[in-house]
Amino acid sequence: MNKKESLNSILAVVLGLIAGAILMFAIGSNAVEGYSYLFRGALINVKRGGDTLATATPLILTGLSVGFAFKTGLFNIGTPGQMLFGGFCATVIGLTYGATMPRVLLLLVMIIVGGLAGAIWAFVPGLLKAKFNVNEVVSAIMMNWVCYWIVYYAIPGYFKGSSETESKSIPAEASLKTKWLTDLFSGSYINLGILIAVIAVIVIAFILNKTVLGYELKAVGFNKSAAEYAGMSVNRNIVISMMIAGCLSGLAGVAQYIGNASNMQIGIMPSQGFDGIAVSLLGANNPVGILISALFFGVLYSGKGFMNANTNIPPEIADTIIATIIYFAAISAAVPMIVNAIKHKKAIANAKKLQNDGSIVQQDLANDESKVSNTEKANDITDIDDKEEK
Amino acid sequence: MEYVVEMLNIRKEFPGIVANDNITVRLKKGEIHALLGENGAGKSTLMSVLFGMYQPEVGTIKVRGKEVKISNPNVANDLGIGMVHQHFKLVENFTVTENIILGCEPKKGLVVDIKSAAKKIEELSNKYELKVDPYAKIEDITVGMQQRVEILKMLYRDAEVLILDEPTAVLTPQEIEELMKIMKNLIKEGKSIIIITHKLKEIKAVADYCTVIRRGKYIGSVEVKSTSQEKMAEMMVGRPVSFKVDKKEKEPGDVVLKVEDLSVMNNKKVLGVKNFSLEVKAGEILGLAGVEGNGQSELIEAITGMRQVKSGKVYFKNQDITNMSIRNRINTGMAHIPEDRQKRGLVLDYTIENNMVLEIYDREPFSKHGLLKKDAIHNYAEKIIKEFDVRSGQGGKSLARTMSGGNQQKAIIGREVELNPELLIAVQPTRGLDVGSIEYIHKRLIEQRDEGKGVLLMSLELSEIMNLSDRIAIINNGELIGIVNASETNENEIGLMMAGIQKGGTKHE
Repeated sequence: MNKKESLNSILAVVLGLIAGAILMFAIGSNAVEGYSYLFRGALINVKRGGDTLATATPLILTGLSVGFAFKTGLFNIGTPGQMLFGGFCATVIGLTYGATMPRVLLLLVMIIVGGLAGAIWAFVPGLLKAKFNVNEVVSAIMMNWVCYWIVYYAIPGYFKGSSETESKSIPAEASLKTKWLTDLFSGSYINLGILIAVIAVIVIAFILNKTVLGYELKAVGFNKSAAEYAGMSVNRNIVISMMIAGCLSGLAGVAQYIGNASNMQIGIMPSQGFDGIAVSLLGANNPVGILISALFFGVLYSGKGFMNANTNIPPEIADTIIATIIYFAAISAAVPMIVNAIKHKKAIANAKKLQNDGSIVQQDLANDESKVSNTEKANDITDIDDKEEK
Repeated sequence: MEYVVEMLNIRKEFPGIVANDNITVRLKKGEIHALLGENGAGKSTLMSVLFGMYQPEVGTIKVRGKEVKISNPNVANDLGIGMVHQHFKLVENFTVTENIILGCEPKKGLVVDIKSAAKKIEELSNKYELKVDPYAKIEDITVGMQQRVEILKMLYRDAEVLILDEPTAVLTPQEIEELMKIMKNLIKEGKSIIIITHKLKEIKAVADYCTVIRRGKYIGSVEVKSTSQEKMAEMMVGRPVSFKVDKKEKEPGDVVLKVEDLSVMNNKKVLGVKNFSLEVKAGEILGLAGVEGNGQSELIEAITGMRQVKSGKVYFKNQDITNMSIRNRINTGMAHIPEDRQKRGLVLDYTIENNMVLEIYDREPFSKHGLLKKDAIHNYAEKIIKEFDVRSGQGGKSLARTMSGGNQQKAIIGREVELNPELLIAVQPTRGLDVGSIEYIHKRLIEQRDEGKGVLLMSLELSEIMNLSDRIAIINNGELIGIVNASETNENEIGLMMAGIQKGGTKHE
């Protein structure tokens, strides 16, 4: 994330917060009070801090998923489905083998299966794109619904819990919640998912910046034709890239369904999936940027309830702020354009001034035909002016 | 003498760049005025200002002594200014007449009066010796003929001032000569012409006056008759330039590349290359000459592995590589300077360093166990940058996007030469470059040949082919018309072959 990009993101956040303040003011509330409760709700004590981290965990992973695909020239809008499938497969393992496997092994298997499940779910759109040039957006959205209905059918059929609409709870051994971590954050629902997320950030940053694979994937993303010219297999890279992105989303499902929650509901497409797009956008598709932006989103999400409880500001305000921030992040491209336009106007004004001074040149031209030396002098003047401008 | 068009102190900028800075051009009646400058110097922008497509920020335009404001191309038309764009704007499946009257159709009652329009067009065509058939369909006539239709379009609208944007870029030498004749006919009848070009020879042949622009700035206006080509080149580039390429005689070695009976489909799913056979030997430059769009690109893509072969074989060092992957071709010693340096040659958002290992990043020492070795890449890139004089803002750390076209091209050529290939395929290696870079790149290509490498050179600039090649293969409509020795031929012969006429005079169909 370079300086300009971070500045854009910070600007988007500030503008979004200002817009939120205006909204709060418009409904007759005190914005300072509102924000203070919002942030206190997320960070006032260790427990709430832990909850915020836990809320941010799936967002980090889905953000990474979208951001990684973006870097390689793909738009992974299949994050909800990949997440759901990853979470579902992990839950199935947890419910089936929860009582029989040693815990460390069980958790490892669940994490790996969850990641693989997400990868398989993203493999399908990747393969379709590589083989038949099917737009990955369309096929990924279809995959979202395929998974939605699989879960809708399978949970009441095979893993029914206390009601028709949810699965049995996984046993405590199969949960990512761990005693020392819960104790550390005085009873928060934070869990090992946050470690998975942080490791994922490091691994993805490493892949993108240090490895041959990352070099190839980025080259394909930036310029497919050049990658082909250089002998890289564009199709293979598309599939690999989608699978890595899908794996990240699958892990987000693991963190959500066997970490933050302990069972699965049917009929719900996880909102963290699409939120990953916003997280990635605000984080400029950069792994560290995504980590920070997911944490910020986590603060907003987990603080909004506290704000609502202590003021008469509805929690929807927090959602509006998030939406506004996304909006500003998306149009941050406009900022340099505005700056350019201002510079442009200045330059024209300067040129007009110069032309008045340069009327001598024009007269010279009228008198004599082969004006090379004179005009070159005039050009020299322009040169100097240009330098001064800089 | 009266000026028909005067553009005084024109300044036009686009965000971030000044395309025209205080430029003055004056066109006399009955004059051919050349606008000379390298690619990107701002010639086309200036003419677009005159044609009303852009508004200048500063400066005035006078037509026949009166100050005017040309707010759009229709105003330009009304003032008698017409423009022939580099890429023609014709409806392929309309006839010549239909194309010409498009937008100002003469009506007879409710129907379009094609007949009287065609008659007027025929009269105009005869008057200026254009030899255009008003009822021919555009898709059936040659590019040169299409260009004349564009000229007729302006004449039909009573244009007095004609702007021709790089009119010779798409023509064979013979067609160029005919165009020049037409231009002379036009001024005889009192028309005035501005011709945009960077080809000095053509300016010398037709133009009366020449205005030189360099990097958006006005350098001067000179009378063509009393100014040498060298002087004009110097004005254009900003330093003296040598046109001659030194080349020693050399005996070619073994066959490196052999193309046998090759047929390849083009993007329209018809045969773009038909039963083409060719040999490139070590230590020779084989030039591939032809008018644009006659199958050169498809042939090159088939040889480099970027396009599927329909039938026939490609051998490299006696090994059948017809179905070999691109990467394996590179690994066995084939290097390729691509036609489009920004589309294929570079990843513009990568640094120069990263671009320098685009084909070999997965070899040692640039990577090991799947991890990139940045130091090795850096050192390797620095070596190329130094050796090939690649200039950029922050050296190897600059993004390729930020470099000038010439430096991008030098970087690509450096990268490919550094692969130490046995066959170097150079496609339009100097397209759009300034004279200085061209000179340098030519020297490098000759060097490769002298070191015993085979070089396959494809270029649309006939002079480039003539200067560099040992042998020249001429392609027309996807077929090999003939192969001639560069020392025993001339532009005229090659020009005829480019038009599809085989040596000895039989027309090739």
